[in-house]
Amino acid sequence: MGARVNTAAAGTANWVDERTSIGGFVKFFARKLFPDHWSFMLGEIALYSFVVLLLSGVFLTAFFVPSMDIVTYEGPLATMQGVEMSKAFESTLHMSFEVPGGLLMRQIHHWSALLFTAAIVTHMARVFFTGAFRKPRELNWLVGFTLMILSLAAGFSGYSLPDDVLSGNGLRIIEGVTRSIPIVGEYISYWIFGGEFPGEILIPRLFTMHILLVPGLILVLVALHLFLVFLHKHTQYPGGGRTDKNVVGLPLFPVYTAKAGGFFFVVFGIIALVAAIFTINPVWNYGPYDPSPVSAGTQPDWYILFVDGALRLMPGWLFDVIPMEWEIWGYTLSLNLLIPALIMPGLFFGFVALYPWIESWATGDRGEKHVLDRPRNAPVRTGIGVALITFYVILVMEGSNDIIANLFHLSLNDLTYFFRIGIFVLPVLAFWITRRLCIGLQRKDRELVLHGKETGRIVRHEHGEYQEVHEPLTDHERWVLVSYDDISPLEIEPEYNDRGVRRKGYRWDRFKQRLSRIYFEKRISPVTPEELEAAKHEHH
Amino acid sequence: MSTTENPTSHESDNTPESFEDPGLPYHRPRRADVDPKAEKKAERQVAALFGVSIVGTVVAIGSYMALDMTDEIDSIRFVNMAIGIGIFLAMIGIGFGAIHWAKTLMRDHEMVEERHELRSSEEGRAGAIQNLKDGAEDSGISGVKRRPVLVGTGVFAMLLAPLAILWPQIGNMGADWNTSNFGHTMWRKGMRLTRDPDGTPIKASDVTIGSAFHVIPEGLNELEHHKIEEKAKAVVLLLRLDPRDLKIPEGREDWSFDGIVAYSKICTHVGCPVALYEQQTHHLLCPCHQSTFDVSDGAKVVFGPAKRPLPQLPIAIDDEGYIIAQSDFHEPIGPSYWTRLSDTSDGLHADETEGSSH
Amino acid sequence: MNALARHRYHRAAPVVLVLLLLALVTGVAAAVSNASSAEAATTATADDAAEGQKLFAANCASCHGLDATGTEGVAPSLVGVGAAAVDFQVGTGRMPMQSSGPQAIAKRPQFTAEEISQLAAYVASLGAGPAIPTEEQVDPELGDPANGMELFRTNCAMCHGSVGGGGALTQGKYAPNLWETTPTHIYEAMLTGPQSMPVFNDANIDPEGKRDIIAYLKAQDEGSPGGLRLGTIGPVAEGMWGWLVALGLIIASTVWIGARSS
Repeated sequence: MGARVNTAAAGTANWVDERTSIGGFVKFFARKLFPDHWSFMLGEIALYSFVVLLLSGVFLTAFFVPSMDIVTYEGPLATMQGVEMSKAFESTLHMSFEVPGGLLMRQIHHWSALLFTAAIVTHMARVFFTGAFRKPRELNWLVGFTLMILSLAAGFSGYSLPDDVLSGNGLRIIEGVTRSIPIVGEYISYWIFGGEFPGEILIPRLFTMHILLVPGLILVLVALHLFLVFLHKHTQYPGGGRTDKNVVGLPLFPVYTAKAGGFFFVVFGIIALVAAIFTINPVWNYGPYDPSPVSAGTQPDWYILFVDGALRLMPGWLFDVIPMEWEIWGYTLSLNLLIPALIMPGLFFGFVALYPWIESWATGDRGEKHVLDRPRNAPVRTGIGVALITFYVILVMEGSNDIIANLFHLSLNDLTYFFRIGIFVLPVLAFWITRRLCIGLQRKDRELVLHGKETGRIVRHEHGEYQEVHEPLTDHERWVLVSYDDISPLEIEPEYNDRGVRRKGYRWDRFKQRLSRIYFEKRISPVTPEELEAAKHEHH
Repeated sequence: MSTTENPTSHESDNTPESFEDPGLPYHRPRRADVDPKAEKKAERQVAALFGVSIVGTVVAIGSYMALDMTDEIDSIRFVNMAIGIGIFLAMIGIGFGAIHWAKTLMRDHEMVEERHELRSSEEGRAGAIQNLKDGAEDSGISGVKRRPVLVGTGVFAMLLAPLAILWPQIGNMGADWNTSNFGHTMWRKGMRLTRDPDGTPIKASDVTIGSAFHVIPEGLNELEHHKIEEKAKAVVLLLRLDPRDLKIPEGREDWSFDGIVAYSKICTHVGCPVALYEQQTHHLLCPCHQSTFDVSDGAKVVFGPAKRPLPQLPIAIDDEGYIIAQSDFHEPIGPSYWTRLSDTSDGLHADETEGSSH
Repeated sequence: MNALARHRYHRAAPVVLVLLLLALVTGVAAAVSNASSAEAATTATADDAAEGQKLFAANCASCHGLDATGTEGVAPSLVGVGAAAVDFQVGTGRMPMQSSGPQAIAKRPQFTAEEISQLAAYVASLGAGPAIPTEEQVDPELGDPANGMELFRTNCAMCHGSVGGGGALTQGKYAPNLWETTPTHIYEAMLTGPQSMPVFNDANIDPEGKRDIIAYLKAQDEGSPGGLRLGTIGPVAEGMWGWLVALGLIIASTVWIGARSS
């Protein structure tokens, strides 16, 4: 039996190889090594929730009707009897209330979408804090960044499809923001909506964007992202035997086929469990879109919430005297919309996208980096990361201020005043505290390397002194703590050469040097063997 | 212990010998590697997990076949939950099984693979550059036989060609591009204010102090085209305050009636319906971004991101005692846009002869 | 029966028994309380006005004044607010107010049903105002939940949320959750516009419309077809659960996957 299977397999393999020369690929891929660490699986969560999105999405398209034609509801739901609604909304109700398992699929789809975006952000944070974006991976950081933006587009276009009151008000906000763009805003709005808001064409347009354009782009970029991962080989955490010139790990076949393949089923299973138990986006509560009603708790899904928070945070009148909407030569410039909804996200995302270059200017390092940083060994980067997260979380909290106010019996006005100050103060504070903490941890590492671990054993010396016995670190333990780059601030050539001629590019170098000082002026160098020797002598 | 105290002043120039990489740590075998019993046990566990998956599939399909979904909310919930838990078991069983297999029974002794610098070899680069040069020479893009006219027109044609597709297509997408529609609504002189959503007219006597009526224009529900677009602009909130509390802005003395005022319900921030009326404070709150307007003082902004007051709809009472509009709004409703002010000056309908001379 | 006997000694038997007992107790209690409130509504008569005046003088006059015309800046006049307003304010425990704050908070009623009807009778005698609705006027069975949905979302959802889960107002005020509110109190609130809430008189939402709204709110008792509702406060709660539960569980499993087997 076994022999027959083997011959069959060999025959098939031979047939395929003679037509594709796949043998070479298999030889290359099958035993490719991947380092083992839980944090390397965050990106997989995103990938797998995307696969779940595709699977459940195909099911939903079998029932969803992307049309804004008005029909009268005659289905089983008592609270919608005889209500006029678009076909999009009616078909959503139909698949939720009349198709067994249809609501489950909707909920699987929506929960996966929330998970998809959440996993992307978490994965990006891991890459950021460990410095995995450094050379040669800057391009892949950009690919991943674009995927993140596309995930927002995919999520928002899908959220709006059921044509309910909640998402309709979200679209109206988008329309208002679009219209505020100077000069062309009104035309862009007409272009998107096919006329005045809401028009009769938006849902079909969003549908095409949601099921064809955006997922198509995501698929292409995911392929590119993974190709680059294979090309670069995975990064690894510092440890004995792990260098910038090798990769230590377990082979793709069979270990990662089983682990990563199995992990897909785990992700799918957990999404199914959550979707079975928790309601998500109950559009039957919101009702079909009508421009007049609105409900308390009108918020977008979490990944857009930060923009909503910024819109809430921005005052229309600065200090109650300076208007944030200007009328210049008969034209209206709405800074109260442009700043929070377009300029702020633009700067925020722009900084995130360009971060690898900003840091490489500061280090001036041109080598390939394949061993990751422990976040504490890059205090400024870690501080910047925490500051960005703080900034983002404040906006998300401001975006939920009515919910917070209601839950904790606070005044939403007070919360807004607090966050208006907090948005400037707290990220700076977070940066400062984080950097201090990192430096503190680095000092503790030095202490450990120099004096060893506390054992809790107290011994009494002959001359009566009590002392705790410290156990020196093993070679492997020590290596993790001392094997990081000790980067000093950039040295640049002087402005004038010896003949007194001003050097080209001096300003740029000067800028890089300033940046570099911010990063590396205050730093804790790793222990050298010399220092360790000295510390040992001191003990005896 | 003073050696740790001056790490920052440490100069790393004349680096002393650095620590040496101790190499890969010793590989400690797992229980299943050395104990055949543990190996058997792990095997049984993996098989059991795969068994869970099989049960899950049966549960999912069985629930779909056997459970009856009626109109009752309970039954819908139950069917979805049963199928969902079936899918959960079917998936998680395979997942945990495969991973447990990999962790306990497959290789866990790490291997090492060398990396190669990504940069191509010098030879490869030189070859690439030569090939490109040759190609450019052959084509006349550069080199001895340069053909700048061809290159110029070719590039220009290629930049222009997409417009052949985009211009007509994008041109279609904005319908009539008549953005002056932003400037006015369907309100007309003499049009009755009616209840949202049923469209019945409202008498002034219906509106008692502290009341809030959500209003649409008379005839909106009968519109055949652009009903929803018109509703999106025309919705109004009709309120009655104690006339003593009402501060009437200059020039609008005859826009209200005995404490009854009508304001656009569309926020001047980004266009959400501003619908939360607190009758004690006379504040209107937008639930989207919390702009707060003071109805007793011309709906001016008292909090939040909006800058302008809500536009007021001038109202009057007709012979039968119903509330009617005196005209359209005197400025565009909703969020600001670039040419808002030019729509303000001639925003009123041309067919309005009276009541529009603002 | 045999099967039941065999399960007597099952490990879960005590748990099941306790649960059954709890269900019985709560069921009886609910039945009793329902009966008492129904009784109270029918026994109120106009003769109680005199009794009500005594109660008013003892409990309410310190703020609303002995003649119930109110005190400037402290408490409003109660002339003409009607029995409905009293039944709502006192019946939901909002009045008498315990402490000053952004708004009066619903709590355990301070008075018995009989005392409330006496107070209501007294205040109603001061001037014409809305009366307490009849049983039939507030019976959700007679309402049309679909019309209720349209009315609710146009007039109520902006403050109370799409299905009456509640929401925040300015300066610490809030629109309360409506799921535990009795149909009579919901009706009275619409009629009288307590505190921040606008008045929805019968010319605005007619009595049938009010009953439809009650029917819509009672339809929410069936829960969500999708499972647990997460407070029906919308995408913020969903996002939080997505991060904490879905991503949390999955990251917990990545840690297990990444950990070395012993």
